[in-house]
Amino acid sequence: MSEWFSQYNYIVVIILMMTGLYTVFASRNLIKKLAGLSVFQTSVFLLYITIGKVSGAQPPILLEDKTYGKDKDGHALLDGPVQVAAGDASYILPGPGSDVLYSNPLPHVLILTAIVVGVATLSIGLALTVRIREVYHTIEEDEIEAADFVYNLEGTAD
Amino acid sequence: MSFLDYAPDWMLTHGPAFLMALPLIMAAVTSILPNKRIAWGATFIVTAILTLTAFTIAIYNAEVGTTIYKMGGWAPPHGISLVIDALSAPLVVLIAIMSLITVFYALPATVAEIKPNKRAPFYAAFLLCIAGLLGMVVTGDAFNVFVFLEVSSISTYVLVAMGAARDRRALSAAYNYLILGSIGATFFVIGIGFLFMETGTLNMADMARILADTDGGSRVAKVAFGFIVIGLGLKLAMFPLHTWLPGAYAYAPTPVTAFLASTATKAALYLLLRFTFFVFDPSYAYVADVLMFILVGLGVVGMIFASLQAIFQTDARRMLAFSSVAQVGYMLLGIGIATTASVAAGYLHLLNHAIIKGGLFLALGAMWYRFGITRTEDFKGLGQTMPWTMGAFTISGLSLIGVPFTAGFVSKVNLTFAAADAGWWWAVGIIMLTSILALIYIGRVLLAAYFQSPPEINGEVVAKNEAPLTMLLPMWALAIASIYIGFESDVLVDAATRAAELLLGAG
Repeated sequence: MSEWFSQYNYIVVIILMMTGLYTVFASRNLIKKLAGLSVFQTSVFLLYITIGKVSGAQPPILLEDKTYGKDKDGHALLDGPVQVAAGDASYILPGPGSDVLYSNPLPHVLILTAIVVGVATLSIGLALTVRIREVYHTIEEDEIEAADFVYNLEGTAD
Repeated sequence: MSFLDYAPDWMLTHGPAFLMALPLIMAAVTSILPNKRIAWGATFIVTAILTLTAFTIAIYNAEVGTTIYKMGGWAPPHGISLVIDALSAPLVVLIAIMSLITVFYALPATVAEIKPNKRAPFYAAFLLCIAGLLGMVVTGDAFNVFVFLEVSSISTYVLVAMGAARDRRALSAAYNYLILGSIGATFFVIGIGFLFMETGTLNMADMARILADTDGGSRVAKVAFGFIVIGLGLKLAMFPLHTWLPGAYAYAPTPVTAFLASTATKAALYLLLRFTFFVFDPSYAYVADVLMFILVGLGVVGMIFASLQAIFQTDARRMLAFSSVAQVGYMLLGIGIATTASVAAGYLHLLNHAIIKGGLFLALGAMWYRFGITRTEDFKGLGQTMPWTMGAFTISGLSLIGVPFTAGFVSKVNLTFAAADAGWWWAVGIIMLTSILALIYIGRVLLAAYFQSPPEINGEVVAKNEAPLTMLLPMWALAIASIYIGFESDVLVDAATRAAELLLGAG
């Protein structure tokens, strides 16, 4: 049972994923289906990001291997290594045998790409819904199917 | 080889990246081109260049072997690599050739089917789809596969929806395809996420090595494989996940249907091959179980049920769409048996079926162009009113059934022999049964076309009205290719065997 509490992030992912999928399948309204799809994709983003975090680790910005500066007495101004973004100092690099543990930045990059893909899909879906509304004057799936069924039987478009 | 001496150096070194980059850049340019003809011309030139590059790369690969291109100079596994090997080279050529043929066919077809102010964006979306498919096939990085899979899928949703000018059901078909396709792609990316958790890398060759070192990995790798198979199964229209396909093929614009039928599901099947045999290995117990029960089981069920459903369709495009689902079942059966001969037969059927279905849908589109024909009962007398078009349809249809000296026969014979060699006699029986079912639904159309007289409208028999030459040439090119492969199949069979040996020998 304690496993469930320590891995609550995966449980949240599963709950979101199933909620999203159920909304896609069970909704009759086209916009609600797209909303469910978005929730489903968001759960995947959460899955990727949670695996990037290493427990007890620094954010993935390289730490410089020196203290910040010294005051006039020669005492260090700040204790411990500090994060600096750039410069030609030496850095503590990640990897086995390193003193510092970094979180993994790669899942964040992957998720930015996946978010863009999700945004593109959502925009195309919404554009299609607008067009469907223009043509069918409804965005309920069963009414659209009924309209197409009548369309077929009368043979006007076949 | 003397052909390679004429190829410029940059094409041999940067060829794979060029294949991905050129249609992407030209898609952006094409969308703002003013005139419709210029947009078509730009697309045609791009596809011609892509075909030349694809051939050059394939011939180079046949000589040199597997080439790995480091994108941006970053070495894998940290950088993205583009891999051209015996598995991806024939598919690159297939996608490039089918794009060239379909764009050539599209000139009169888009005039009839797409509004004038939407034609340049149509070609832009077409180029994006080509870019996505080519990128999917050449990349060696698992997440890059997802990116290009979605590039091609999203442009496909747009392309299918553009058929709304012809038939308003294209909109709901495109929406349905969007929902199901996105679910499939998201399942695929969940699988990639689990693989990343298991192996720590995204490069497919590196993943294969790490999984082999740990002999199949832990349960995480099993879950990853499950998600990847289901996600790709949806994209390649494996039996219960095929429901998007009939709507998308029936109501899309005709050049789009021909292009999708010959490339989209094939690229997804290539990915299934790549993941099942290269990244994972059939020696892992869970992979062997999935191959046996899921791929073979659902493939066989798909073959039978989809063929039966095709027989009962009244719409000719939906009939051919269900036929596509059945043919995907053949390929899955070949993959599932998992011997070198059967995987080669499945790969060969992938290539042949693309040519066959492309030809069938192009012919069907020409019939719509001239007479507005979409139903199977409207095929009456087409042998007299559209002889050349019906001729191409007949040749491709006979090839689909598997008549000797056609491409379909070659791949079905190879698959039957591979199944018999593995001792799977029930599979041989099912292949024969579905060929008979294909005979029923194609034969019914052929009988109506040749043995019934043309319909009479207002007391006058319909006159002969042949399709335009720009439509006849592509469909006859594919029909003649079918017959040529039926006689001289060595090049393709060798390519398929090399692909299968790459998958089953090493990975």
